Amino acid sequence: MQNQGKTGVSRRDLLSLVGSVAGSAAMVHAMTSLGFASESAYMGPIKLEGDAKSASVLILGAGLAGMTAALELRRAGYQVQVLEFNSRPGGRNWTLRGGDSFTELGGATQTCGFEQGLYLNPGPWRIPYHHRAVLDYCKRLGVTLEPFIQLNHNALLHASHAFDGKPQRIRDIKTDFQGHVSELLAKVTQQSKLDEAVSVQDKQMLLQAMQSWGALDKNYAYKANLISAEVRGYAKNPGGGLGAAPVAGEPIGLSDILQSQLWRYLRNFALHEFQTTMFQPVGGMDMIGKAFARQVGDLIRYDAKVTRIQQNDSGVTVSYVDAKAPGTPQLAKADWCVCTIPLSILSQIQIDVGPRMKAAIDAVPYTSSVKIGLQFKRRFWEEDEAIYGGISYTDLPIRQISYPSSDYNRTGRGVLLGAYVYGGANAYELTSMTPSDRVARAVELGSRLHPQYRAEFENGIAVAWHRVPFTLGCAGGWTEEMREQHYDNLCQIDGRIVLAGEHASYIPAWQEGAILSSLDAITRLHQRVVRT
Amino acid sequence: MRDSRFVFALLLGVLTVLALLSHPAHADEEIRPRPAAPLSPGFRFTEATGEELFASACQGCHMPDGKGAIGAGTYPSLAQDSNLESGGYPVYVVVRGQRAMPPIGAMMTDAQVAAVVNYVRTHFGNQYQDAVSADDVKRVRPERYPR
Repeated sequence: MQNQGKTGVSRRDLLSLVGSVAGSAAMVHAMTSLGFASESAYMGPIKLEGDAKSASVLILGAGLAGMTAALELRRAGYQVQVLEFNSRPGGRNWTLRGGDSFTELGGATQTCGFEQGLYLNPGPWRIPYHHRAVLDYCKRLGVTLEPFIQLNHNALLHASHAFDGKPQRIRDIKTDFQGHVSELLAKVTQQSKLDEAVSVQDKQMLLQAMQSWGALDKNYAYKANLISAEVRGYAKNPGGGLGAAPVAGEPIGLSDILQSQLWRYLRNFALHEFQTTMFQPVGGMDMIGKAFARQVGDLIRYDAKVTRIQQNDSGVTVSYVDAKAPGTPQLAKADWCVCTIPLSILSQIQIDVGPRMKAAIDAVPYTSSVKIGLQFKRRFWEEDEAIYGGISYTDLPIRQISYPSSDYNRTGRGVLLGAYVYGGANAYELTSMTPSDRVARAVELGSRLHPQYRAEFENGIAVAWHRVPFTLGCAGGWTEEMREQHYDNLCQIDGRIVLAGEHASYIPAWQEGAILSSLDAITRLHQRVVRT
Repeated sequence: MRDSRFVFALLLGVLTVLALLSHPAHADEEIRPRPAAPLSPGFRFTEATGEELFASACQGCHMPDGKGAIGAGTYPSLAQDSNLESGGYPVYVVVRGQRAMPPIGAMMTDAQVAAVVNYVRTHFGNQYQDAVSADDVKRVRPERYPR
């Protein structure tokens, strides 16, 4: 026993205990997060110095990557034109508001019934504080930002097979999990089981730290008392006057938390890409695309569906047809081409590039994702439940409910993000449904977290990214193996063509990836132009 | 546990069949009440039959009538599709993916992949009666899934 005490429970063992708790399956990981965090490599506003020699550049796609290239290349002295499939700028930077209509592949048309001022961002919806390029362009282009609430301690965590299906408050799960783990660690520390790993001086500090971090009492126990209530909240909140004394709530047992697996969602608040502060543009994410278009809109030819990309020693020729009335192809010519067309589409277009770039273009599968916006008669989540912004997570097929991070504490209608599914069977199953069925399922499932759904729901709109005509999918689904084999080949300049977009970045599915990829592509392109 | 899962799957199957019977291919705006389509409880598909799997996985892109769709790019039609003549080809595409098409078979068992391939090869104007087996699927599985 003593021997075991020495070699048995080391810090590593404790970590592996935590690891066995947090490790879980890749499935969980894939379901609860995008799983790709990366620090932005933004170096500040780009400086394309040297003579552009009035060279011409044809940019394919007027999303954030394409419009970043258009803005910066024109500024550097290039003659720029842009071809865009949609009738609007922005690409996946997109917002649906009342009156907007959207026709998905298959022909189903939805007209958004939201009240004025309410919206859904079907694509990107939040901006991490470290996505410095997006933030800088917002500043330069005059896009007003407001905080996006990722972590709301009063929002919900829900496991359909735990706690009789009753959702739990994030603050309870977070505090109680932390409290129990602290108590365990304090216990083994006191039993001298960590003596090998922790020095005598550190031992006392560790105990103090666990007491503070875990809200433990003076005996290092995590219990129902006003110490834990200070963190997890109260069964009866402190008030004023007679009978105002607070009452502590009973913590949820460690085993109950472990078995419920609700701990797995805490990661969504710890990940670098989801850490506070996050932002959103006031009024909808497409404020960014619109701001770019105020700068470069005059360069964009809309409704242009690219059908062929050719290059030779003297230039690039791109064939395109009218996306709304395909007829005889028209030609656009330039010295260089920055192509931001998603690989889901580019892989189907005949393009004159070498076999290695072509293999890279063909290598990347596109993720399935669904978002559903739901309008309710009143902001019951605020009025009834004191949930102001933030996200509730559930193991139900809707995965998340996000509460609006704007217009708090007002009477009247509100719109929730009623489902955000990324990958997994459910994304495909929801995509396979009609839009009205998707909305109906989101209401039915969401009512298990918020019974008010049934009485308060008014209308909804559902965007399944594999049904979106301009992307045929959500974003590039890279794996490490694919990157190893294809990423550099995708990003290299091939003759007169360079690719850009979130798919040509290590921050896939994020706008930051699109912009950084574009800045890198045009920097290299410009160097080549200046040199020749 | 096994039994209840089987019953659940069976129930889902029945619901799906009812759903498919009750609405036509171009089902966008019909008002008839329909049983809800199944939603799998985890990461992987739990639908069992080829018909259910097609309706839950494939038709998201290839559409309920199997004829695909055209936007900025194209979802190819699977109707009267001579590419399906050799069963090994669709098995490979479902398991490994192709271009932007995800390796959707990674979320299915070998038997499920075989079922959905056999379904597509005998419907939508396709009449390839030489069924593929779960073993045929197993043979093209990558050693390790890219995830």
